[in-house]
Amino acid sequence: MSAAIASNWSGIGAERFEQKAVTREPTWVKWLIITISLSFFALFLLLPLVAVFAEALRKGWEAYLAALVEPDALSSIRLTLIVAAIAVPFNLVFGVAAAWLIAKFDFKGRQLLTTLIDLPFSVSPVVSGLIYVLIFGLQGWYGHWLSDHNIKIIFAIPGIVLATIFVTFPFVARELIPLMEAQGKEEEEAAIVLGASGWRTFWHVTLPNIKWGLIYGVILCNARAMGEFGAVSVVSGHIRGETNTMPLHVEILYNEYQFSAAFAVASLLALLALVTLAIKSVVEWKGRQVAAIQ
Amino acid sequence: MSASTRRILPGFNLSLGYTLIYLSLIVLVPLAAAFIKTSTLTLEQFWTVTTSPRVVASYRLTFGASLIAASINAVFGFLFAWTLVRYSFPGKKIIDALVDLPFALPTAVAGIALTALYAPNCWMGRLLEPLGIKVAFTPLGVLVALIFIGLPFVVRTVQPVLEDLDTEIEEAAASLGADRWQTIRRLLLPALLTGFALAFARAVGEYGSVIFIAGNIPMVSEITPLMIITKLEQYDYAGATAIAVVMLMVSFTLLLLINGLQTWTARRTGKVR
Repeated sequence: MSAAIASNWSGIGAERFEQKAVTREPTWVKWLIITISLSFFALFLLLPLVAVFAEALRKGWEAYLAALVEPDALSSIRLTLIVAAIAVPFNLVFGVAAAWLIAKFDFKGRQLLTTLIDLPFSVSPVVSGLIYVLIFGLQGWYGHWLSDHNIKIIFAIPGIVLATIFVTFPFVARELIPLMEAQGKEEEEAAIVLGASGWRTFWHVTLPNIKWGLIYGVILCNARAMGEFGAVSVVSGHIRGETNTMPLHVEILYNEYQFSAAFAVASLLALLALVTLAIKSVVEWKGRQVAAIQ
Repeated sequence: MSASTRRILPGFNLSLGYTLIYLSLIVLVPLAAAFIKTSTLTLEQFWTVTTSPRVVASYRLTFGASLIAASINAVFGFLFAWTLVRYSFPGKKIIDALVDLPFALPTAVAGIALTALYAPNCWMGRLLEPLGIKVAFTPLGVLVALIFIGLPFVVRTVQPVLEDLDTEIEEAAASLGADRWQTIRRLLLPALLTGFALAFARAVGEYGSVIFIAGNIPMVSEITPLMIITKLEQYDYAGATAIAVVMLMVSFTLLLLINGLQTWTARRTGKVR
């Protein structure tokens, strides 16, 4: 849901409303609305962001850096990177395949399939973790078989990867489906009719067209994969230095009253969020340029 | 039409097969597991677990706070979207980009940041304490976290509709005697409701940003997802799953509702996907 609604709006042009009498409010109304909405923004969005960095640096740079190079912190960073490096490509391939299917073909159940792809967005993160425990946990369907064969999924890395794949499942598909539908299928059909193979058509016709939407979907997917807390918390088992991702490490430090250290690790995740938003702005700007040229 | 399309573009069978298998393995089968696991309980056991006083108190908090948070976001999110579309002021581009912060910021980070702000003796907490308002570790804290999480949903559904609203439509409506509110309400109501429903749906399932600030006092500030975690920690898998199934049914209902609202918005604004 989030990815779909956050995308593709044209941005600028407040002047066209401000220049006309009908669509213009009295000056005091205008400033009242601006003041109220910006105060709300500052209170609920800006202040928490500032708090993360202020709390992280409360004990100075040295304590900040020490919290980041501590072995458990480093192993949580490593695990977070590994999990994202597996989960994102899986959902990238799926997203492209699903978007190709839904945008380029008409078939029965197309609408239903689109809704089903959205499903993980509407499931609570805690429930997302729980369902994998039910299947692979010791009490679960395959629990005994797995423990007999010495395979650990729950409270181990495979479980974390699975839960992460589930919660980031729709991001790439959601971004590509509307984009590819809007672009139609004439260009691909022309390429096929002229004798190009399916793969060649995809690489040389489709991919350049969807490039920016694809990047956008991937960075959103990656941000969620690295930051997921609820689902991962259920399947991880919280083994320090082994199955703690960065958000889980933040939780442990916080619950042990090591506030500065918790905020130091949290500030890395906040930076990741800011970089994600920056890339998103650039991608939207590029996307608008492409749209303007076409 | 479908037959001829299939003949021209390749990859129908491959992408259909791949999509269905991947969807089933990752999403459908695991979700079905929750329902199958619950069926090991008798109806009576299911009812006892899902209506025990502590769980009912958590429903009241989760749904109550989500409803209030989504309503507050509907009002302020609308004003905010209006500000971003209609007025120019310095720093607008950066503020616009930061609206998506709750999508991008990991929920645990938001959770500890909000707690640090509103705990007694901290930033906002110190300001509010003399007024007799306690936010952190009370249901009010849950509300604050859910407002944070839900805001972008309203802004980002209303913003494109406002953006597409032609100045000509408003001029024509005005010249025909409609007052501005009538025009705006008719065109924006579906989008605003969609944003409200999205923010509500997200808030109901939210976990990470809430548990730090909520204080998790039984019967007072425990949210429903936390009840699932509590049952799991007691190795009560059936109990945890029963509550999860209640939440899943709520989620599915909301998903259908949101789909309906989005179709309505598309029809009102003349955009059909």
